[in-house]
Amino acid sequence: MPGKLKVKIVAGRHLPVMDRASDLTDAFVEVKFGNTTFKTDVYLKSLNPQWNSEWFKFEVDDEDLQDEPLQITVLDHDTYSANDAIGKVYIDIDPLLYSEAATVISGWFPIYDTIHGIRGEINVIVKVDLFNDLNRFRQSSCGVKFFCTTSIPKCYRAVIIHGFVEELVVNEDPEYQWIDRIRTPRASNEARQRLISLMSGELQRKIGLKVLEMRGNAVVGYLQCFDLEGESGLVVRAIGTACTLDKLSSPAAFLPACNSPSKEMKESPLVHPPSHGCRSTHNSPIHTATGSRLTQNFSVSVPTLIYTGMGSGSAGKEGGPFKALLRQQTQSALEQREFPFFTLTAFPPGFLVHVGGVVSARSVKLLDRIHNPDEPETRDAWWAEIRQEIKSHAKALGCHAVVGYSESTSICEEVCILSASGTAAVLNPRFLQDGTLEGCLEQRLEENLPVGCGFCHIPYDELNMPFPAHLTYCYNCRKQKVPDVLFTTIDLPTDATVVGKGCLIQARLCRLKKKAQAEANATAISNLLPFMEYEVHTQLMNKLKLKGMNALFGLRIQITVGENMLMGLASATGVYLAALPTPGGIQIAGKTPNDGSYEQHISHMQKKINDTIAKNKELYEINPPETSEELIGSPIPEPRQHSRLLRSQSESSDEVTELDLSHGKKDAFVLEIDDTDALEDVHSLLTDVPPPPGFYSCNTEIMPGINNWTSEIQMFTSVRVTRLSSLNLTNQALNKNFNDLCENLLKSLYFKLRSMIPCCLCHVNFTVSLPEDELIQVTVTAVAITFDKNQALQTTKTHVEKSLQRASTDNEELLQFPLELCSDSIPSHPFPPAKEHLESASSNSGIPAAQRATSVDYSSFADRCSSWIELIKLKAQTIRRGSIKTTVTVEKASPMGEGNFRNRSAPPCANSTVGVVKMTPLSFIPGAKITKYLGIINMFFIRETTSLREEGGVSGFLHAFIAEVFAMVRAHVAALGGNAVVSYIMKQCVFMENPNKNQAQCLINVSGDAVVFVRESDLEVVSTQHPTANCQPLCAGGEVTT
Amino acid sequence: MTSELDIFVGNTTLIDEDVYRLWLDGYSVSDAVALRVRSGILEQTGATAAVLQSDTMDHYRTFHMLERLLHAPPKLLHQLIFQIPPSRQALLIERYYAFDEAFVREVLGKKLSKGTKKDLDDISTKTGITLKSCRRQFDNFKRVFKVVEEMRGSLVDNIQQHFLLSDRLSRDYAAIVFFANNRFETGKKKLQYLSFGDFAFCAELMIQNWTLGAVGEAPTDPDSQVDDMDVDLDKEFLQDLKELKVLVADKDLLDLHKSLVCTTLRGKLTVFSEMEANFKNLSRGLVNVAAKLTHNKDVRDLFVDLVEKFVEPCRSDHWPLADVRLFLNQYSASVHSLDGFRHQALWDRYMGTLRGCLLRLYHD
Repeated sequence: MPGKLKVKIVAGRHLPVMDRASDLTDAFVEVKFGNTTFKTDVYLKSLNPQWNSEWFKFEVDDEDLQDEPLQITVLDHDTYSANDAIGKVYIDIDPLLYSEAATVISGWFPIYDTIHGIRGEINVIVKVDLFNDLNRFRQSSCGVKFFCTTSIPKCYRAVIIHGFVEELVVNEDPEYQWIDRIRTPRASNEARQRLISLMSGELQRKIGLKVLEMRGNAVVGYLQCFDLEGESGLVVRAIGTACTLDKLSSPAAFLPACNSPSKEMKESPLVHPPSHGCRSTHNSPIHTATGSRLTQNFSVSVPTLIYTGMGSGSAGKEGGPFKALLRQQTQSALEQREFPFFTLTAFPPGFLVHVGGVVSARSVKLLDRIHNPDEPETRDAWWAEIRQEIKSHAKALGCHAVVGYSESTSICEEVCILSASGTAAVLNPRFLQDGTLEGCLEQRLEENLPVGCGFCHIPYDELNMPFPAHLTYCYNCRKQKVPDVLFTTIDLPTDATVVGKGCLIQARLCRLKKKAQAEANATAISNLLPFMEYEVHTQLMNKLKLKGMNALFGLRIQITVGENMLMGLASATGVYLAALPTPGGIQIAGKTPNDGSYEQHISHMQKKINDTIAKNKELYEINPPETSEELIGSPIPEPRQHSRLLRSQSESSDEVTELDLSHGKKDAFVLEIDDTDALEDVHSLLTDVPPPPGFYSCNTEIMPGINNWTSEIQMFTSVRVTRLSSLNLTNQALNKNFNDLCENLLKSLYFKLRSMIPCCLCHVNFTVSLPEDELIQVTVTAVAITFDKNQALQTTKTHVEKSLQRASTDNEELLQFPLELCSDSIPSHPFPPAKEHLESASSNSGIPAAQRATSVDYSSFADRCSSWIELIKLKAQTIRRGSIKTTVTVEKASPMGEGNFRNRSAPPCANSTVGVVKMTPLSFIPGAKITKYLGIINMFFIRETTSLREEGGVSGFLHAFIAEVFAMVRAHVAALGGNAVVSYIMKQCVFMENPNKNQAQCLINVSGDAVVFVRESDLEVVSTQHPTANCQPLCAGGEVTT
Repeated sequence: MTSELDIFVGNTTLIDEDVYRLWLDGYSVSDAVALRVRSGILEQTGATAAVLQSDTMDHYRTFHMLERLLHAPPKLLHQLIFQIPPSRQALLIERYYAFDEAFVREVLGKKLSKGTKKDLDDISTKTGITLKSCRRQFDNFKRVFKVVEEMRGSLVDNIQQHFLLSDRLSRDYAAIVFFANNRFETGKKKLQYLSFGDFAFCAELMIQNWTLGAVGEAPTDPDSQVDDMDVDLDKEFLQDLKELKVLVADKDLLDLHKSLVCTTLRGKLTVFSEMEANFKNLSRGLVNVAAKLTHNKDVRDLFVDLVEKFVEPCRSDHWPLADVRLFLNQYSASVHSLDGFRHQALWDRYMGTLRGCLLRLYHD
C-alpha cells in the first residue's frame, strides 16, 4: 500500500443558483478516487459555501495513483428528489508523484459541467504521502518525469539520451456504446472524459515503465494523442524520448539509485531488453477487455517521398555504403535500438552531427469492427510498419537516426491515414550511452566538425545519392559537401549561422476525391497521396526560392482526409543558411514560344517574380556576404592536412573523386507554364502577401535573426470553419478557397495583434480538419512576442545582464553540460558561432572584440586552420570557466528569486485573487528563467450544448469553451504553484454541430509543462542584493516548497 | 465561401478600447464596422473590411460574455475565465458604468421601475442615444440602486465597494441613487437649465447634512429602522423644520431679521434696493420650503420650489452671483442674533445645505 492521498475541500464560490425559490444553493461535495467516495456536509443556502472539510484519506496503490484522476463532484442537495450535479473537477495527481515537482496541489479550480461549462469555483487541497517501496516499481513508474518540451528542459542536463519510447492503449468509445442511447449527454460526456483520463494515466505509467527498463528517469518530447475512431474504438497513443536527466543545481540528486551513468553501461551495451521499444499492450485495466477489437482488413502503404536537397523521389531501399567508419560504428550502436528515433527538435550542442533531410511515411488503413476478441491487435503492427519504413528511409540517406520525429493520424469514417515524419540525422554517439565509441574516434569527430555548418554537411555518399541533388562545398568551411536546399522537421540549431531573418512558409493544397466506400475509398486516397506530397513539395520549394532562402526548419506536413476531398497543409520556417549556396531564382518557361503575346505575358510574370524575390530579400534582410563566383567555381582549395585535422579514411578517399555537381547549375530552377495548373501555381505564389510591417512569423521556437525579445507575450488560439458552396467544387476553386482561408486567417491575426508591433508570431501551428462534407476547419495556435526594435542585437557588456534572449539563457546551461561530460577532451561544438552567443560568451570570458571578429570571418578559413584550433581551445577553456560561473550565479539566485516573485505577486492578489498564468507553445519564456518544472498538464474536455442559438451560435459556443479550457489549464497550473505553461499545445479540437437541432459538441485536448519562472529583472535585483552569496556552493535543490 | 465560425481567444483577453466604446454606445456590429471604416483604420493597417468585420464580431462576443461579470464587478476580479490585467479590468468597469449626461438628466429622480423602462424608447429618440445604450445605463442605475438601497454605511463607500468604481463615478451614482430614492422632480421645464452636475452637487450636500448618516453617530439601537442611513432624509429633522416657520410667521422676528440683514449689507450689494424690497418674499419662500418638507410630495418638489421661490425672483432682478452669496451668508448668519429664535442648530443644518445648493443652482 504505497501511497496515501489526502484531500481537503475548503470552500466554493460563485456557485450557480440551484434553487429558484430561494435563489440559493445547498451544496455538498463528493470526493472520489478509484472506488472510494467521501462526502462533505451540506452547506445550506449559500452560493459561497465554506465546507472546510476534514482530510479525506485514500489509501491506494501507486499504480492507481498514476492511472486514476481525483474526481471531485459538486452537488446541490435536494431532500425530495435526486441531488443535482453542479459540476466536476478532475485533478491529475501525477505531478505529486515525483519528488522534485509539486508537493501540494492547492487552489481554486473551476467547477466544470459538460453541458453548462464553468459554474463557479472550488478550493481544494491535495497531498500525497508516498512510501518508497522500490519493489513495487514493476507495476508503477512513479518518479519518471514527463515533459512535453521537445528539448532538454531548461534546468536539467541530459546525462544520457536513451531513445524512443512508445505505447498505445485501446478501448471502446463510451459514446458509441449501446447504453449511450438511454444515457443523458452529460453522463456520456463524463464517461468519456473519465475514460480518457484513465487511459492517459495508464499510458503514461506504461511509458514510464519502459523508461525505467531503459534506466532512464524522464521522458522528453512526450506527445500523447487520441484517435477517435468512432465505432471501432478509442486509441490513446504516445511517443517520447527517454532520457536520464540531471537537475543542474544538484548534480547527484535524482537519478534512480540503480542508474548512475556509469561504467556499468559501458560494460554491457545491451542493457535494454530488446523489446523495449515496441511492445504495447491493449488490455486496459478498465473492465472492457472486449473494447480492444480493432482490426485491419485493408492496408495500403503509400510510396513515400524523401525531402532533401533538390529533388524528391522514391528512396532506394538499400542504404549505400557509408562514408565513414565512424558512422558505421554509430550505426551499429543505434541498430541495437529497434527505432533510433528522437522526438526532440532541439539538441544539446554537439549532439547533432549531420542532417540528411526529411523522411516521412504514410499509410492508409481501413478501420473495421470485427467481433473477435482473439483477433490480434493491429494498431501496433500498423505503427511498427510505418516506423520501419521511416527507419529504412533514414538509412537510405546514410543516416542512422531520425530526430524531430512525430506521428499523426487523420480519420474520416472508416478510413485512417497514419503518418510519421522526422529528419534523418547522424548523431554524436557520445550522448547515446553505448560505450563502443569512446576514445579517439570521438575526438576526431569533433575536430572534423566545423563550427556552425557541420549539420548541413551531407551524411550520405555522394556517389550513391538516394535522389538527384546538387552538391557544393560548404560555403562556411569549404571542406565538405552540402546540398543546395535543406528541409528538416527540427528547430534551427542554436549554433547555425543564419543570414537575415526567417519567415513562415506554407504550402496549401486540396484534391477532390470521389465519395467511395471502404476499400475503394482507401485505394483512391492512397493513389492521390503521392501526387499531393509531390505538389506540396513543389509549392514549398517555389515559395522558398521566392523568399530567397535555402532551408526549411520545423517542417510539418499534414494530410487531412474528408468525405470528398484531401487537404494538404505544410508549414515550415524558411531561413537562409550561410553554409548553403545562394538559391537561384525561378525561371519561367513557356511551351509555345512563337506566340508573341504569350511571350510578353511570360516575361511580365518573370519580372514580377524577380521583383518579389528582390523585395523579399530586402524584407528579410538576406544579404549574404558576397562570395566571389570564382571561389565557388574554382576547384576547392586543397584542404591542408594538418595533423590536428584528422579525417576519417573514407572521407579523404572520397575527396579524390569528388565532383562539384553544382557548378554552373545553381541558377536553374525552371517553372514550366505548360498548362493552366502551372499558371495557377505561379499566381498563387505571387498572391501570398507578406505580413504587414513590424510583423514576422515562424513555426519554430525562435525566429532566426531576432533575439531581443521583450517579456510581452500573447498566446492565442483562433478557429475558423468555412462552408464551401458545393457549386464550385473544382480543384482550383478549392485550392483558392483554402488558400484564402489561411491567408485571411493570418491577416486577421496580424490585425488583432497590431498593438504588439514590432512582434513575431512564433510556433505558428495550423491544424486542418474536415468535419463534414463541405466544411473546412482551420485551427491556429501561436504566441505573439514583442521584440525591441531599438535594442541592438549585440550590445556591450550589459548584454549578459539583460540577456532576455533565450539563446543566451540556454547557452549558459547548454554550455555547461558537454563540458562536464568530457572535460578532458577539448570540445569544439559548445563553441557556436552564432553571433549573439559568441558575443555573450566572450563578454563572459573577456576575449577582446578583435578576436571575436575572426570567428565570423570564414573566408580564409583554410589558411588559418591551425591557429584557429588553438583559438578554439583557448576560448573553450575560458568559456567554460566563464559559463560555469554564470550558471552558479543564476542557480544561486533562483530560490530567492522565487520568493521574490511570490512577494511581488502578493499586492495584485490583494485586490484580485487570481494570479497571472502565462501560456506559451514555446519551451521558454522570454525575459524569464524557468526555475522549476512542476509536471505535465494533459487535459481533455468535452462540451456540449442543446441551446446553440442561445449561447451565441457556433462562434459563441466555441469561443466560450476555449476560454474555459484556458481557464482550467491556468487554474491547475496555479494550484501546482506554477505561474506558466510552456510547450503548450492544443492537440485536438474536434467540433461538431447540428444547427437544425440547435446542438453542438466539441472535444479539446491540450497539454504542456507547468513551470515556475522568475523574471530576469527580478533575478538581477536578487543577485545584486546578495553579491556575496555567490562564493559558497548552495544547495538549490531544496527549492521552495509550499 | 462563408465563414461559419470565426473566433480568436487569447490567453490574455484582448480588449480594444475603441470597439468597447462602440459596443457600449449600443451600435450593432455592422454599424460599428462602418464607423471603424470611417475612422480610417483600414488605411492605417492595410486590413480588409472582412478582417475588420471578424475582429469586431470577436470583440463584441467577448464583451457580451464579460457583460454578465460586469453586472457584479467583484466577480470580474475573481473570475478565472478571462485573464485581464487589473488596469484593464478597471477600465472595463469604469466605462461600463459611465453614463451620458443627456440620459441621466432624463431619468434623474424618476422611479427606477418597469414603467420608466418603458419610456426609454422616447428618451432614446429624444437624446439620440441608442436604445441599447439607454437600457444599459438604466439597468446600471437600477442595479446599483438595488444593491445599496438597503445597505448601512456611507453610500459612496458602499457603491465603491460593490461596484469598484472610481471615486468620481461613485459620487455620481450616490447622487443618482439618492435622487431616485427621494424622487426629486428634475424634469420640469424650469429645471431644464440645470445640469446633472448641479443636482449631484446638491445631492452630496444633502447626503452629508440631511440624512440620518449625517448625524454622525451610528444608531446604537439595533431595532431602530434606520438601516439606510445615507439614502433617506432624516425624518425627524424634516419634522423639526416646521419650527422654522416662526421666522416668517412672527412679524417682529421677520422685521428684525430683515433689518439685521439690511444693515449689514447696505452699500455692499449692487442690488440692495431690490433685495430690501424682496426680502420678505424670499425669506418666506425659503422658510416655507423647509416647513413643507414633512410631506413627501413637497420633498419631491424641493428643486422646483427653490427655483421658483428664490432663483427666479433673484434672476429677474439680475442679482449677480456674488450678491446672492453675500445675501445668503448674511441671511443665515443674522438668525443667530435673533434672541427670540431657539432653533439655531436646526437652522444651521437646514440653511447650511440650502445655501450651498442655491449658490450652485443660481446660474443661467
